[in-house]
Amino acid sequence: MGAKNRISLGVLVGGLVLLPLFMRNPYYIGVMVFIGLYSLITIGLSLLMGYAGQISLGHAAFFATGAYTSGILTTKAGFAPVPAFFTAILLTACVAFLIGIPTLRLKGHYLAMATLGFGQIVYIILNASVEFTGGPSGFGEIPRIQLGSILIESQISRYCLVWSLVILVLIFSLNLINSRVGRALRSIHGSELAANAMGVNTSKHKIQVFVLSAIYASMAGSLYAHFVTFISPSSFDLKFSILVVTMVVVGGMSSVWGALVGTFLLGLLPELLRNFRDYDILVYGFVLLLIMVFTPEGLIGLIDRLKGAQEKRSLKAQAKLS
Amino acid sequence: MESILEVRNLVKRFGGLVAVSDVSFRVQRGQIKAIIGPNGAGKTTIFNLITGVDSPTAGEIRFKNSEINGLKPHEIAAKGISRTFQNVQLFDNMTVLENVMVGRHPRTVSGLLSSALRLPRTKSEERAIHTAAMERLNFVGLDSSSQDLAVNLPFGQQRLLELARALATDPELLLLDEPAAGLNSFEAGLLADLILKIREHGTTILLVEHDMELVMDISDEIVVLNYGKKIAEGTPVEVQNDQQVINAYLGEGP
Repeated sequence: MGAKNRISLGVLVGGLVLLPLFMRNPYYIGVMVFIGLYSLITIGLSLLMGYAGQISLGHAAFFATGAYTSGILTTKAGFAPVPAFFTAILLTACVAFLIGIPTLRLKGHYLAMATLGFGQIVYIILNASVEFTGGPSGFGEIPRIQLGSILIESQISRYCLVWSLVILVLIFSLNLINSRVGRALRSIHGSELAANAMGVNTSKHKIQVFVLSAIYASMAGSLYAHFVTFISPSSFDLKFSILVVTMVVVGGMSSVWGALVGTFLLGLLPELLRNFRDYDILVYGFVLLLIMVFTPEGLIGLIDRLKGAQEKRSLKAQAKLS
Repeated sequence: MESILEVRNLVKRFGGLVAVSDVSFRVQRGQIKAIIGPNGAGKTTIFNLITGVDSPTAGEIRFKNSEINGLKPHEIAAKGISRTFQNVQLFDNMTVLENVMVGRHPRTVSGLLSSALRLPRTKSEERAIHTAAMERLNFVGLDSSSQDLAVNLPFGQQRLLELARALATDPELLLLDEPAAGLNSFEAGLLADLILKIREHGTTILLVEHDMELVMDISDEIVVLNYGKKIAEGTPVEVQNDQQVINAYLGEGP
């Protein structure tokens, strides 16, 4: 995994452990829970977009598949939340596999349109199949998760659960990136022609990472369903798919850390912009505009650039001394 | 001598354009064979047909006595054919070392799960990939740049990196598409030495090249194409004295 990643991971875990000690307000812990849920999805999207070079504007559908599978199985089929969580993963993986085979043959804008279409289809199904999903008004009374003797009900227990999962997913993903399969993925982004010539089965690897990112989204969906105990289609619309893609792009697609940075920023920004009252959406848009104009490679790119500039300065200083 | 590659009556049409027209030739194991011809003669198309990027309209391509037309590019790479590209196709987003490590892909097996879980066998395979990649970099003389991003290398070194990456797949047949294009005469000389060294290690080489000095210097045999048709085949001396070849390159005399 490389020293840099280990240090970043250590800093993240340290920060996550310390945070609840200083931040006693359950409201802000709740905000962090949501940032954790989003992070699960954006880490997967970052693998798909930043590493494999494929886009998806339909990830709300996988988030929904996880949430609705967990919700329906626990309320209507008598499943406990944990087996429902894994069943949801299995189902989402199958859906992603079947959708991935035809759509991942497409490239660029066409792939974006196809995944967007898929997201809309799922959205329509959620609204229309009233006896299963409750239609537009959704359904509630989804049980909370019980792990051994612990009931995941308080904000702090949700915080611990979701961020433990994020860390596991992050380690899994970082390992993957720096491996034979991860290099194969990155090579597709670099030159699909050359990747093929080097024996990389590009279509297989694209589908693999698409399914993996769908699984991450499904995990987030299941947790979401048990956390809020009520789900309706409006949480899984196109706006959601676009938001998670924006998080990845704003943070920077060059690494999964970028996805996390973007998720934190766009997760916290609405809270920080509260003072602007009705103008918050304007300021929000303006911040996004500034980031994309001045650091098109994302915030993580800006950090790299600043570091580069600093190294240059210290090299110059050394040269002067000698 | 055993032929490693056999191309029989190969035809490729793009719409109304006949890019390759009824071309047949053999490449013997251990040979350096060149395909030459004026621009648009169908040389790169033949490479794309052999490596599965395009599929032939008609004809047959046999590698080690089994038919390979219809196979996907990654399957052909796994069988032992590797290539470089006329327009350098590196993985710009990766380091020099990582580029070559991708080349080990068809000779290694770790899957997604075992990679992400860092199982012991994956770890030892990863070390083996690293060692093998460094060996290839050493061979082309790029070991000191292993941690640079591929995109930051000077052009001549990018060509060498492509060569190292192709060698990392342990090819039995190596296709070089204009390896000397864009190189100065010094660099082209180093390249010629490298190609001869690769052949010494037992790899058969088929190259497309415009640098005639290089071609005549290192090739055992040459195939000459013009407008998609084979007009001559033979040793460099035979080809240079062939009237049809002279006409194709210099135009017909009065």
